Amino acid sequence: MFSKDIQTQVDKLLSHYPIRQNALIPILHLAQNENEGWLTEAWMQHVADICEVPLTHVEGVVTFYTMFRLKPPGKYHLQVCTCVPCCLVGGTELLEHTEKKLGIHAGHTTDDGIFSIEEMECIGACSFAPAVIVNEDYHEQVTPESMDKMIDELRK
Amino acid sequence: MAEETLVLFKNIRNPKYDKSLSAYKKSGGFKSLKKVFGMKPDEVVQEVKESGIRGRGGAGFPTGLKWSFMAKGTGKPSYLVANADESEPGTCKDRELMLKDPHMFLEGLMIGCYAIGCHHGYVYVRGEYFPSIKSLNEAVDELYADGLLGLDPMGSGFNLDITIHTGAGAYICGEESALLDSLEGKRGHPRVKPPFPAVSGFNGCPTSVNNVETLACMPFILGDNGVEDFKNFGPQNNSGTHLVSLSGHVNRPGVYELRMDVNMKDIIYEFGGGIRNGKKLKGVIPGGSSSPVMTADEVDVLYNFDDLAKKGTMMGSSAMMVFDEDTDVVKLLHRITRFYAHESCGQCTPCREGTHWSRQIIRDFLNGNGSEEKLLRLNRVGGNMMGTTLCALGDAAAMPIQSFVKKFPEEFRKYYATV
Repeated sequence: MFSKDIQTQVDKLLSHYPIRQNALIPILHLAQNENEGWLTEAWMQHVADICEVPLTHVEGVVTFYTMFRLKPPGKYHLQVCTCVPCCLVGGTELLEHTEKKLGIHAGHTTDDGIFSIEEMECIGACSFAPAVIVNEDYHEQVTPESMDKMIDELRK
Repeated sequence: MAEETLVLFKNIRNPKYDKSLSAYKKSGGFKSLKKVFGMKPDEVVQEVKESGIRGRGGAGFPTGLKWSFMAKGTGKPSYLVANADESEPGTCKDRELMLKDPHMFLEGLMIGCYAIGCHHGYVYVRGEYFPSIKSLNEAVDELYADGLLGLDPMGSGFNLDITIHTGAGAYICGEESALLDSLEGKRGHPRVKPPFPAVSGFNGCPTSVNNVETLACMPFILGDNGVEDFKNFGPQNNSGTHLVSLSGHVNRPGVYELRMDVNMKDIIYEFGGGIRNGKKLKGVIPGGSSSPVMTADEVDVLYNFDDLAKKGTMMGSSAMMVFDEDTDVVKLLHRITRFYAHESCGQCTPCREGTHWSRQIIRDFLNGNGSEEKLLRLNRVGGNMMGTTLCALGDAAAMPIQSFVKKFPEEFRKYYATV
């Protein structure tokens, strides 16, 4: 199921660990990236076979960690932190603003599939709060205005 | 104006530094590793012990002692795992090191590997730290290309591999035994101890788990006169510089490298530039969200492990969250409690139930349905989590609850039902 390039990465990962199961979480990340940001049962079964563990084990792992998703995210996944330092300086209001702007609540995706919002626990950018991760990029000291601008840019 | 003491940030504060391997070497990098390769591993552990360094991840356990606990002669490989799962709310210092000077940390990791006889070190980075993961992977590639990793680096005869491992979003994986379960490809559940990781860690082999900042101190400690210089940076038993993540209502939030004899007041008013909008200070959460809160009257104290412990709180991961007079502390505590309810792994009943129950009680207050009885119950639920769980998450959830109730009781009374 992995493309040829990614399969090479999978093989390299496996070579870094004494036991195949150890590579499970990094390989799940690769699988999720291959499948546009979410995991299906077929993908989980495939990774289970690679790591030589039962499917139920993979499902247990996938449902434990917040970064693994069982439904598709938007093309741009806005991860807004509202944890303690961010909430002190406007993270909660920023999340509410983003929800209003896109007309969806956190945990949902816009009808056109462009944006999804996730409310985050601490993302480790506390001294540069409030912070947002868009797909894999950190944005720091985000204001409602800069969020609007970013969303408008991304929508183009 | 107070100044930083630059050891870990000596390169990062240099605007011309580009974090490449050649730039790191030019700054004196890898001289310590070279020296270490000429020492016996036990001698390295002894120097680290003498430096007095205490773990920077939150617990403050002496690193040299931790390394000396590693089981020997087991016939199994030994492992060193760097804990880069930085997730304690308020903490953002390891990210700076990994992002802006990865080689200093990696040299420290390599020194640690040599000291405990580990031939394959792992870096467990939290999955959300995409930029740090990229930075580390590029740095490791440079080290392999240069021959500093792999077979026989510097002609030492000590083969060494390093793997950057990504987590997937779980606060609990910062707890060392949960981290090891996660590294093995499982749900991150803290383990029953003993056995401690030094006896049975990664895949059942002797393992030491050390924080990124702790390891980044090693090139300095093992450098020329490093042990003595390191000790001189702070009061006895609190040696070295540390990275302070300052956040909240200050004018200049940021990560500052400080000696351990700096007063908290100076951190807030000198480094942080005081409280923003000319407001007054109400309190500080001094060492990550799990540390007991301090009121404005209590912050005239040296910011280190022992002085804060004497005040009944803790320095933890050196993450100070400052809040001003307008802050609603009941709302703040509700947000903290929500965090622990979300992050409890669910293994131990007191934590799984207690974190949710306490969050519900605080929500009752916020809905205007507080009462004296509920305040007592909240405190009791907190007390029932203290020391009753496999890992410290129960304590971490309880300490803010009990300290907020104790230090700011009048704030809760505002939310008592009026009927």
